[in-house]
Amino acid sequence: MFGPVTRQGALGETDRMDDAGNAQNRVGVRVRERVRTVVLAGARALLLAVASLAGSTLLLVLLLVSLALVPALGLGLLTTPRVVTWVRAWANWRRLVAVRWGGVRIPPRYRVPPADAGRWARALWVLRDPATWRELGWLPLDATLGFLTALVPAALLLYPFEGFALALGLWRVFTDGTYVGWWYGFVPIGGPGSALAAGVLGAVFLVASYWLTPPLLRLHFLCTRALLGTGRRELAERVRVLTETRRDAVDTSAAELRRIERDLHDGAQARLVSVGMDLGTVEALMEKNPQKARELLARARQSSADALAELRDLVHGIHPPVLAERGLGDAVRALALRLPVGTEVTVDVDGGRADAPVESAAYFAVSEVLTNAVKHSGAARVSVDLRYADGALRIAVTDDGRGGARVGGGSGLAGVERRLGTFDGVLAVSSPVGGPTTVTMEIPCELS
Amino acid sequence: MRVVLAEDLFLLRDGLVRLLEAYDFEIASAVESGPELDRALAELAPDVAVVDVRLPPTHTDEGLQCALRARRARPGLPVLVLSQHVERLYARELLADGDGGVGYLLKDRVFDAEQFVDAVRRVAAGGTAMDPQVIQQLLLARAGDGRPLGRLTPRELEVLELMAQGRSNAAIAGHLVVTERAITKHTSNIFAKLGLEVSDDDNRRVLAVLAYLDQGR
Repeated sequence: MFGPVTRQGALGETDRMDDAGNAQNRVGVRVRERVRTVVLAGARALLLAVASLAGSTLLLVLLLVSLALVPALGLGLLTTPRVVTWVRAWANWRRLVAVRWGGVRIPPRYRVPPADAGRWARALWVLRDPATWRELGWLPLDATLGFLTALVPAALLLYPFEGFALALGLWRVFTDGTYVGWWYGFVPIGGPGSALAAGVLGAVFLVASYWLTPPLLRLHFLCTRALLGTGRRELAERVRVLTETRRDAVDTSAAELRRIERDLHDGAQARLVSVGMDLGTVEALMEKNPQKARELLARARQSSADALAELRDLVHGIHPPVLAERGLGDAVRALALRLPVGTEVTVDVDGGRADAPVESAAYFAVSEVLTNAVKHSGAARVSVDLRYADGALRIAVTDDGRGGARVGGGSGLAGVERRLGTFDGVLAVSSPVGGPTTVTMEIPCELS
Repeated sequence: MRVVLAEDLFLLRDGLVRLLEAYDFEIASAVESGPELDRALAELAPDVAVVDVRLPPTHTDEGLQCALRARRARPGLPVLVLSQHVERLYARELLADGDGGVGYLLKDRVFDAEQFVDAVRRVAAGGTAMDPQVIQQLLLARAGDGRPLGRLTPRELEVLELMAQGRSNAAIAGHLVVTERAITKHTSNIFAKLGLEVSDDDNRRVLAVLAYLDQGR
């Protein structure tokens, strides 16, 4: 009789204790999480402060030197496009950390050069792109304003420790207590008393950084967006990009229709005509020459089989059946299985499907990039990583081939770039000579 | 032999019914959508099912999914899947349970009635019928990295290809116009070179070869 009662009592008690413990635990976990966030934000801010000062200054100097070299035998003409691509890569890295570390999206709005542009035409195109000039103008601002806005959140976290050190006895290094030998913030350090005040001020800073460091770092990213992103005045530019990509899209689809028409006309249609003719002849020959009729029947069957095979290839080129049946992930897997090179495919889209046109564009882009990798790179292994994050489909194709791939120069990548451009998608190639090559594609879209 | 048939296009369905009836199959049911197929497979317990991959209502891979579901419920239920295109990906899914009694062919193969009917019978008997195009895809993929395949003679490769399609020694011998003894010799050479265990059972042999070709990737 007593057993259950006691047990119940005991149980109730431990429950309450657990509750209290849990609440304490939860607060502890929250604080620990926050401290981790703050420290991480501080470290990142410090890295960004150093990087923006050093990187942007360096690139700015290189740019000025390169421009100064233009009159000197035109040497600058060779170096400037190179520097400009570096600036672009640098700006892209900053865009990347802005979205990764601060959740601030700074979408690039580069104009897509024509597919058949050669090396020089591309360089010229890049120089004429307003986005390039915006980035160049951003460099000095990043080295100053960008540096300062990144420095503040880092300093807020690090500066308090100087205050603590002073309070703990570091003040003796600066003064013997008879004069002011050092300033900590607005506190003149002139002895143990003022050193203690410095410690208190440090503590205030530290508490402030607990709340302020992450939002301040975000402020830095917002600043970067204001300088690097497209503002209202770029709307006109956006309209131009849209007009270009739309014209591309119309051109491409018209060319596609023309190709399909020709394929049908010369292929399946012609074969069906010959099947019909053969069957007509068979009808006439059936009585007179059964042997010949049988031959013609076999030929008609072969023609219809050929017509089917041609139609199948054509359909595959228009919209691969696996894509319709299974979606992008499995379609890319099926594609990989057809390659003569070992290909690893990872897909992370939570079973979602993008709109059919986006899926189709992504599929053909991957297909083209994979074909390139197999044909030109001599790769032994290829990997495809397909994932959906931050409102965009990201596809990275990496191979261990000989590298040296670039957009343009007949590599087919320029075509991919244009195809993706219709969907505001972008393509980036990293391919040092000697490999490995990574082609990254990103298409903003919604999943359903 | 009782067949359940699933094909959404009337002309093709009608043609398949006629063809199979002409070869003395009994059509237990000829359906045109996924849900109907599910029901027919569960209720009629056919000897073999001939299924189109793409069926209403979704017009995706409904037929394939029905077939896989039915085989999970009744392991080894013979299923011959037909499609306008063949994918290694689907072949792999069909073969995954290792039970045999699986066929995967292009619809074009119906043109050769005898071979098609032979494939249906083979699948119904627990054998395998893989489309030559699937085997081509497998061989192509293995050619990139597989040294063992490089050690086969062209003739042995030919035999391997036919064997992977699911044909018996007798059928291969007939196709290549040689004696069955010669084929037996080729097959034992192939198995030795690829390091596979020899089995007297035709079906197991085919599955072993397919598993070998599909390895790793």
